[in-house]
Amino acid sequence: MDTTAREQTEDQAGAEAGKQAGPERARRPWLAWSTAGLVLSVLVGAAVGVGGYTFHYAKGTSYLSNDPAACANCHVMREQYDGWHKSRHHAVATCNDCHVPQGLVGKYTTKAAQGYRHSTAFTFGNFHEPIAITAEDLAIVEDNCRRCHSAMVAEINSGRPTREGALSVGHGQEASCTHCHHGMGH
Amino acid sequence: MTDQAKRNPGAAKRGSGRGGAFFYAVVATVAAGGAIAGAMLLSNIAQRKAEAEQVAFALVPLEETTVDPAEWGKNFPRQYDGYKRTADNERTRFGGSESLPLADDPLGKAVQKLEVDPRLRVIFNGYAFALDYRERRGHAFMLHDQRETDRVKLKPQPGACLNCHASNVLAFRQAGLGAGAPGHLSEPLTSENGMAQLFKGFDKVNKMTYADASELVNHPVTCLDCHDPKTLALRITKPGFINGIRALAKSEDPVPHLPSVEQWRKGSRAREYDPNELASRQEMRSMTCAQCHVEYYFKGEGKTLTFPWHKGLKLEQIEAYYDETGWTDFKHKDSGAPALKAQHPEFEMWSQGIHARSGVSCADCHMPYKREGAIKVSDHQVRSPMLNTARACQTCHNYSENEIKERVAAIQDRTHKLMGRAEDAVVELISAIKSAAESGASDEQLKGARTLQRQAQFRCDFVNAENSMGFHAPAEAARILGESIDYARQGVAEVMKVTGGKGYKSLLADKPATPGGEPGKAAEKVEKPKDGAAAVSAAGGRPPG
Repeated sequence: MDTTAREQTEDQAGAEAGKQAGPERARRPWLAWSTAGLVLSVLVGAAVGVGGYTFHYAKGTSYLSNDPAACANCHVMREQYDGWHKSRHHAVATCNDCHVPQGLVGKYTTKAAQGYRHSTAFTFGNFHEPIAITAEDLAIVEDNCRRCHSAMVAEINSGRPTREGALSVGHGQEASCTHCHHGMGH
Repeated sequence: MTDQAKRNPGAAKRGSGRGGAFFYAVVATVAAGGAIAGAMLLSNIAQRKAEAEQVAFALVPLEETTVDPAEWGKNFPRQYDGYKRTADNERTRFGGSESLPLADDPLGKAVQKLEVDPRLRVIFNGYAFALDYRERRGHAFMLHDQRETDRVKLKPQPGACLNCHASNVLAFRQAGLGAGAPGHLSEPLTSENGMAQLFKGFDKVNKMTYADASELVNHPVTCLDCHDPKTLALRITKPGFINGIRALAKSEDPVPHLPSVEQWRKGSRAREYDPNELASRQEMRSMTCAQCHVEYYFKGEGKTLTFPWHKGLKLEQIEAYYDETGWTDFKHKDSGAPALKAQHPEFEMWSQGIHARSGVSCADCHMPYKREGAIKVSDHQVRSPMLNTARACQTCHNYSENEIKERVAAIQDRTHKLMGRAEDAVVELISAIKSAAESGASDEQLKGARTLQRQAQFRCDFVNAENSMGFHAPAEAARILGESIDYARQGVAEVMKVTGGKGYKSLLADKPATPGGEPGKAAEKVEKPKDGAAAVSAAGGRPPG
């Protein structure tokens, strides 16, 4: 195309000009990088740096662990954390054992989804108070109840309950563990 | 383009000059935006962490003499903000009271209950409450509304009224010092001297006229009335409650919801029960409110504010105390019965309910915790939990807000209907007694009926004056109203025996019927009483639209 031909001509002209205008520049190729590229690198570096520091400041790596103290990084969770310390499940279950599925893929995708939701809530403060578990996360909890207590509940035929099911047992809804056995974890 | 290529040979080499620069500009902008967003997020997280560490800053020193809440507000702006919002009076089903400003009073007046429910004029005939009995408003209005009510402007009242409607801890101490109490104002309130000053001032101010006493106070309830200025701990500052809880502790009435009182009872009783020393923090979260939200009377020539708890908190025990001491609030103008007036007995009613028994304090529902940023504060906008159902109720009751509101409405509607029946019955009894007396029945003959009126009226009034429309203790409220209806009808039967079954004219016969106050709003159309009293709108009725 015309532009390509023109660009090539300009290229050559530029190269010539460059050679003519700055012999030093020709001898030191690393200075040949444009100022724009330099500015760009600085900015990208700044973004990565700020992001990396923020990740560290917010204890980002702790969320990859199973340590319950990580959940209490946000002090709105202090009551639940303290409650867990006094709860019946303290010696046998951590936060993740109940609130996150146990398969490798499920565990980390759930952590990512919940983490995203918690981060936006933390930053913007626009969550319902008192904090209420979502239907999906309640289902995860219920699954985990059945997982550990399978010997006891295997005979009870119950599918995954809906949120309505959890709150209104009977009337054709599935049985929900937490409807009666709330306060087990915290 | 060629010039640009000359200045930036590299750029020209990289690719098409114009397109390349644009690409770099976009990436640069995105990276810059990313850095900015990252920095904002970092700043947000840092703020939350800081809020977790320190929630209040001591900018000004607070003393035992700092009455003005604006000063406290410099250290505790969030609580002060909530406190000021008690001027906001959104109406609920049976609470709150929206009012419009008036030409001569920017704070306006609440709706006149006597217009909405004319039975009240009959029931209180002969007492100040038949002149002016308006809906109650938020804490912000307590002193203003007391100063402006006809009950104070048209009838002589003592300074004892200011025990509950103003911040008086400092005024009492100053009056006490003036009357010769030891020590000085800077001493802590709970010290021996501080208490001596408080009680001496209490005695002095009770006896004063309302006009004189009113000059000593400037604020409705303030921070100083409930909080220690140095530690911010809750404390009792009103002598009426201290005397009342001492009397209750000595009584036999079981109070399982006040464990420190039960504990004191089991001890040696060498010293009087002192709530500032013995009450737990959770008990204090109810007791500070019970400094004012109680039944009371002014005893003797000294007009000593007294809580009638010497036999216990239950209605029968309060009534027995009044009967024993021979107390009567007023002689009924129509029937001549020795009537009692109940005033806002929230603490006594709550004490009979399941929430009290379960350890739920006044503040748990009426001042629930709220989150501002990452700071947790008690919501100092004391108001109906129905305006704050999520935070007030859902921490314990895991149901939807609508379901909770419907449950409360059901309880209150049932109580309200029973109360309507009780009011009707009491009006009937008053009418019957009046008719009988006019036909020549003697005092001896009517004594039984008049006593029954006293009992019926006190019970009906107990629930009417209590501000929860039965919610604080639904079964107790229903029981009390049932007894009220029973006693009133028994009274009519008594009068029939005396008059030989002669008929009587109901005192409301020629007044048009009203719904008795429809829940949720002031009566839209109020039939004006025959004497042409001021219209509801002028008295500050429902806003238009």
